[in-house]
Amino acid sequence: MNFQLRDAYTPHPVSSNAKLACANLWKVYGPKVGYYFDTKGYIIDPQLLAKRMRDEKHIPAVANVSLDIPEGEIFVIMGLSGSGKSTVLRCLARLLDLSHGQVVLDGQDISKLTERDLIDVRRHKMGMVFQHFGLMPHLTVIDNVAFPLKIQGKPKQERLARAHEMIELVGLHGREDAYPRQLSGGQQQRVGIARSLAVGPEVWFLDEPFSALDPLIRRQMQDEFLRLQKQLKKTIVFVTHDFIEAMRLADRICVMKDGFVVQVGTPEELVSRPANDYVRSFVGDAPLAKVLRVGAIMNRHIADEHRAIATTKISASAKLEEAMTLFRNESSVLNVCDEEGQEIGSLSALQVVQALAAKSRIAP
Amino acid sequence: MSGERQTRSNLAGTLDMSWKDMSWLLMGLLAAIALYAAPNVTWLGTFPEHWGLPISAWTNAILAPMVVGLQGATRVLSQVIGAPMSAGRAVLDWTPWSTVTLAFFLLAYWTAGIRTACFTLASFLYIVSVGFWTPTMNTIAQIGLAIPIAILLGFAIGTLAARYPRLNTATQASLDFMQTIPTFAYLIPILLLFGFGPVVGLITSIIYAMPPMIRNTILGLQRVPPELRESGRMSGCTPLQEFWWVRVPAATPQLLVGLNQTTMAAFSMIIIASVIGGSQDIGWEVLSTMRKAQFGESLAAGVVIAVLAMILDRVSCGFTQRYVHGEQFHTNRYFWIASLGALFASVALASLVPSLWVWPDAWVIRPAAPLDTAVDWITANYGTSLNALKTTAFYYFLLPLKIGLVQAVTPMTWGLSFDGPVQIGYWAIAALAVGVATVYSDRAAASIIAVIAILLFYGTTGIPWPVFIAIVTLAAYQAGGFPTAVFAFLAQLFILVSGFWPAAMLSVYLCVAAVAICIAIGVSLGAAAANNDHLSALLRPINDGLQTVPQFVLLIPALMFFQAGDFTALIAIILYAIVPAIKYTEAGLRNVSPNSVEAGLALGCTKRQMFWQVRLPQAVPEILLGVNQTIMYALAMLVIAALVGTTDLGQEVYIALGKADAGSGLVAGISMALIAMIADRVLQNAASSRKAALGLPV
Repeated sequence: MNFQLRDAYTPHPVSSNAKLACANLWKVYGPKVGYYFDTKGYIIDPQLLAKRMRDEKHIPAVANVSLDIPEGEIFVIMGLSGSGKSTVLRCLARLLDLSHGQVVLDGQDISKLTERDLIDVRRHKMGMVFQHFGLMPHLTVIDNVAFPLKIQGKPKQERLARAHEMIELVGLHGREDAYPRQLSGGQQQRVGIARSLAVGPEVWFLDEPFSALDPLIRRQMQDEFLRLQKQLKKTIVFVTHDFIEAMRLADRICVMKDGFVVQVGTPEELVSRPANDYVRSFVGDAPLAKVLRVGAIMNRHIADEHRAIATTKISASAKLEEAMTLFRNESSVLNVCDEEGQEIGSLSALQVVQALAAKSRIAP
Repeated sequence: MSGERQTRSNLAGTLDMSWKDMSWLLMGLLAAIALYAAPNVTWLGTFPEHWGLPISAWTNAILAPMVVGLQGATRVLSQVIGAPMSAGRAVLDWTPWSTVTLAFFLLAYWTAGIRTACFTLASFLYIVSVGFWTPTMNTIAQIGLAIPIAILLGFAIGTLAARYPRLNTATQASLDFMQTIPTFAYLIPILLLFGFGPVVGLITSIIYAMPPMIRNTILGLQRVPPELRESGRMSGCTPLQEFWWVRVPAATPQLLVGLNQTTMAAFSMIIIASVIGGSQDIGWEVLSTMRKAQFGESLAAGVVIAVLAMILDRVSCGFTQRYVHGEQFHTNRYFWIASLGALFASVALASLVPSLWVWPDAWVIRPAAPLDTAVDWITANYGTSLNALKTTAFYYFLLPLKIGLVQAVTPMTWGLSFDGPVQIGYWAIAALAVGVATVYSDRAAASIIAVIAILLFYGTTGIPWPVFIAIVTLAAYQAGGFPTAVFAFLAQLFILVSGFWPAAMLSVYLCVAAVAICIAIGVSLGAAAANNDHLSALLRPINDGLQTVPQFVLLIPALMFFQAGDFTALIAIILYAIVPAIKYTEAGLRNVSPNSVEAGLALGCTKRQMFWQVRLPQAVPEILLGVNQTIMYALAMLVIAALVGTTDLGQEVYIALGKADAGSGLVAGISMALIAMIADRVLQNAASSRKAALGLPV
């Protein structure tokens, strides 16, 4: 629960180590949006303000969202359709004008930039991948990837060389002269990824990049994405409606509903301490064994009988999935260690079973 | 309050009637009274002249000062456009025919491939050998200027409209209006502004041909997926870059559709405009020979127009196909160098061999004489049957529609007189049909039968105007609710007070006759084609041909065999307007959801049941749209059919054109547009409510 601010207008302090942040971000659609934000000095609860907007035929697509995203993090915004997740992304990328609030990139407020300066920011600092790929139908693969460089007026040799490099990176070598319509969905999205990386952006936006793909391909692309990120270490904002995908990819997840942020946290935090029933309803689907860490459910008190039989060691930061492969029989116990190899607790198979069962039961 | 509602619903329940049904009943009663009283009350029969308003005169009074004010500017504009056109004419006139032919051969090859190129070659050889070279070149000079200007202006206007929503609304409304107004009608103000001559044709054709380009530009630009535009912006496009490098290329397939339609419209209008241009172009060639009843000559020139239209269509379609399918054009340097070389070589060769420069008179073949002989032979041998066909159609179909059975049935033609007992019998049968329809079908069918019965009895010209207005207004109310009804009522009122009611009824008569035949033949053909791929393949080129050829040309064959008059106009209208009836019916039947066809099969439908109970009901909305298009086409052709001596609104427009009477021409033209708009709104609404009822996307 990090939206404890009771006042929709007081600026949320932007964390200094954030690469990208937004504070008190509102995006409202309707005829008289400005009307709701020219009342400086008043204090109003954001929920009440949003309700009033809805009553007055306005749509608060994004309501009082404040986020801090540190450098190199995979930050996933998760929500169902209409939750405002894509709108937040577009506000962060400044494809949309904000109704209220700030977007801060590298300590600079980019919500008030002129169009010309914004174009410059997009050309050098941002890259974006789209759900339906957004490829130019009239350009070949290589020209699509080189498009952002062409826009900047880079010489042909240079942009083609860079585009080749990117195509190599996403594993599309040999398809340079194909048109998008001749490629499969997965291949098209690889082109989209290559294009978004062509300018070497610092912030990488991905808007439901794998939602239009078949499940098997989606899985492959997720692995591919993690591989790329290991190599590139971008600051990533990733939007999805798929909780499992969010769990797999995220360093931190932000769950949204009706324009508001419901909870921000690591996958484990979400699973072990869901903020409310809404988040809990997703957790039921989560592959708990892949999310929960040993440290979270271990027994801190080491019983003597356990000490006697525990011979196998496991790190406290390991996932339950890993622990499960180590049990030998129904009574075996694992030795849980910290980073330094110091014994800090124990874990029995029964504990794992109970943890998984108990967490599953929390789902309605 | 609730008690009152209770009573009403009880009453309606017992009678099983809605207000709409009651209003039909009430209308029926009023109509009966009006029809009964009409012979004795003159104002019911014909609208008294002194009740009308001199709208035409007012229009002239408004237009006259505007024309005077604008004339200076338009004369200059006329010069500006006229200069490149004369230059084009001069260049084409000077260039050897062999070089021009080669140039078009290469153009056709580049865009549409070798088959079209050969067709082009054959066509140009035909043109030069039958002696129509100069008029054809003049026409080409005109369209060579009209098409690019229409496309550029259309693109510019479409771009602005796509950018500014308010402008878009205004543009769409005026485009809708422009497309229903008959072509001759806006020739008149242009004629006043620009004077006679080929420039008028050019300008009219630009104005007439722009709308499809505007529409397709708006459509294309708006349909670019938002994600694509965003991806352009995220790539760092400036607004200009986004427009030219993202939106325009992505919209290009749609823009090319516009290019094709605009090209065909421009050509069609250039041909029609020769009615006033009259300057040595191929349209004039057809028209003047037609007027002199030299049908062979006229047909030979008509063929030139037809093949030119086909070449233009193929070339612009070929261009689109190539682009959309991403095939490589023959854009390599060698093709261009070789082509240029060949062109120069042909000029050089022509300077050595004079007959390659100017086709020698001695070589000119005149197909007119054998054609005339052939026509004469057909008339001599089959004249009686052709005449019999014409007379039969006239007495038993056209005349009853025009003046009603009550006047058309005489002992001389029908062999009986339409007096007491026969009339009673007629009404008895009609009443029986209405009754049967009410019981076994629905009230809509019953109302339609009743209206047809009344119409056949009195004819469109015999039916008292208040009855006609009431029927149409009520039908509009039934189909589209209150706003449509108000529109229909006011539109008819306009026609009535402007004094064009009798002429309008003649238009309605010809239109109804043509549309009825088009529906009967067209829907059957379409239904047959939907079940038979061979027939479908056979019909497609015929349909395309009829739609590609300028409407004007369709008059020639009808005129050759049936002389001037209503029947000839009818044939020409049917030739043109039957196409949408066929096409929409076939498409509607073929596009029925395969799921329900499969379900029908699984349930054990016979072929007949499948057609009548599964496919036809689902195709009805599409067929209604086809009927709507058929009516629009029929009305458009009606104006052109004025050239073969009709007596309706189209003729009024044509006469006004001859007298340069902008007021009458415009008001008659607008009256025609209003008829088209009423029909359009009623049928569109009917089609969409059917679609909604079937759960199809509207």
